[in-house]
Amino acid sequence: MMRTMISLFVALTLWAIPVLAQDGGPLRIEITEGVIEPMPFAVPDFVADTAEAREVSRDLSRLVAADLGGTGLFREIPQDAHISRITSFQSPVQYADWRAVNAQALLTGAVSVDGSGRLVVQFRIHDVFAGQELGEGLQFVGTRAGWRRIAHKVADEVYSRITGEGGYFDSRVVFVAESGPKDQRAKRLAIMDYDGANVQYLTDSSSLVLAPRFSPTGDRVLYTSYETGFPRIYVLDVASVGRRTLPTLDGTMSFAPRFGPDGRMVVYSLTQGGNTDLYSMDIGNGQSTRLTSAPSIETAPSYSPDGRRIVFESDRSGTPQLYIMPSQGGEARRISFGQGRYGTPVWSPRGDLVAFTKQSGGRFHIGVMRTDGSEERLLTASFLDEGPTWAPNGRVIMFTRETQGAQGEARLYSVDISGRNLKQVETRGGASDPSWGPLQN
Amino acid sequence: MMGYTSKTLILCAGLALAACTSPDRFEGQNGAGAGAGGGMGAGLSGSAQDPKSQAYFQQTIGDRVLFAVDQSTLSAEAEATLSGQANWLMSNPGYNAIIEGHADEQGTREYNLALGARRANAAQEYLISSGVASNRLRVVSYGKERPIEICSSESCYRQNRRAVTVLTARAGS
Repeated sequence: MMRTMISLFVALTLWAIPVLAQDGGPLRIEITEGVIEPMPFAVPDFVADTAEAREVSRDLSRLVAADLGGTGLFREIPQDAHISRITSFQSPVQYADWRAVNAQALLTGAVSVDGSGRLVVQFRIHDVFAGQELGEGLQFVGTRAGWRRIAHKVADEVYSRITGEGGYFDSRVVFVAESGPKDQRAKRLAIMDYDGANVQYLTDSSSLVLAPRFSPTGDRVLYTSYETGFPRIYVLDVASVGRRTLPTLDGTMSFAPRFGPDGRMVVYSLTQGGNTDLYSMDIGNGQSTRLTSAPSIETAPSYSPDGRRIVFESDRSGTPQLYIMPSQGGEARRISFGQGRYGTPVWSPRGDLVAFTKQSGGRFHIGVMRTDGSEERLLTASFLDEGPTWAPNGRVIMFTRETQGAQGEARLYSVDISGRNLKQVETRGGASDPSWGPLQN
Repeated sequence: MMGYTSKTLILCAGLALAACTSPDRFEGQNGAGAGAGGGMGAGLSGSAQDPKSQAYFQQTIGDRVLFAVDQSTLSAEAEATLSGQANWLMSNPGYNAIIEGHADEQGTREYNLALGARRANAAQEYLISSGVASNRLRVVSYGKERPIEICSSESCYRQNRRAVTVLTARAGS
């Protein structure tokens, strides 16, 4: 036992070293704003020694490749171009064969099923041009049913080793699944893996539900439901699907909730007498504090990662714009000054950027700006884009895109923060209001 | 020697469980969303010829008022409609009303909820100032969630920027 502990510690320590040592080395993607050439990589099928393991190994290694290729930072060398096969995980790699197909990175792996039926996945990352491994090999063990999570974990390790940043593949997204025509749309809460797999529904569609928001640890979801006939905020436990309503004042509407970084404070909008202001609530004791008192609309609040500030939307200037104030309320500073209307600001997990929705010239955009309002950058444009949510590493944004007209339908899209790699997230039907959860443990 | 770091993932029981049960645990319970906002005939009673009927209120008095883009101020036409509603409500004490505020799809979900609330409130205030007891009225906003017209042009948008007075039977009457 002691021995295991020590080897785990040592391995983890060693693990960090190559990342630093590789700084500026050949196998490294610096994620910058400039146009980058995706790194060519190869993922031969992971070696499997039994029929049982073989059932999983191909799908698993294909999913790792899909995760990495899907970032736009990596470009997979198709398997039919490979001139070398990996038939043994332990044998030395013939680097010349991989150099010949121009693979810069090579991922090799082995899949087996242990005595208790668990899936064991080992893998190594190779720097093909240097002709050596990039750090130590790693092993993940999990249930067979959880093979997708293991694949995402492997991809997260590869991503973080090569980019020096955290990954985002082993994460989930809570969203609103939509069905039915535009004037009778049914909405229900659903949760899925970041790539659209493993959809589970959290509510039925008997009541209109809006804008679910993950807690910082992903264990709970805040959302707005019309269950009582009036919009109220609920908090749902993801594991048990149990839920409760947050206390509110009679005759008011509450909506647009979002967790603070401690998972205990919630900031939200409350409408009374037609006027919408911001409040925060300690959901441990149900005590609310009023944060704004203005005749204007104050909504769509989002905490900074340190919990000390709140970015929100207000039309106090005449049109909706973005403001930042202390999380206890107080003087707000306007940060959006471009042409158009700004809404749904969301603070990035790194704290440096705010993602937002912008309406300008009859089009909607998802954009990012620095927290002082500088360096505004629009990432998308369409008939209707809204509601950005950040990937756990702050590199990718997911949002809702709705198409125009009577047949219009909402879908989820993702884009990276430089505006590249725009793509649809696969969902079975209509989908809106994504909230991207943290990396899972 | 290969130094393997072994990490046993505790792949939550939920995942394994999910594989055994239908992912759609609410199968069979899916009605359409709550039929809000249209006044689409839900609960409609009586004929439009009967001045005491809900149908008369909806069709003859007019159950809705419309708003300009981004606005919640009442037009003269809207005020006339609301005056008619107020008179009807005062002579038909068996009904209360919920005023639903709505917005067109040109705006974010959150802002439109707040904007719809402004519109519903403007209608409510007018009814109260015209003599309807405030405890007979409630407001709710649906933002852009319940359009009645579904095209993406102004001809539809103008119908969707509305406050609809929906009658409810008064408890005990």
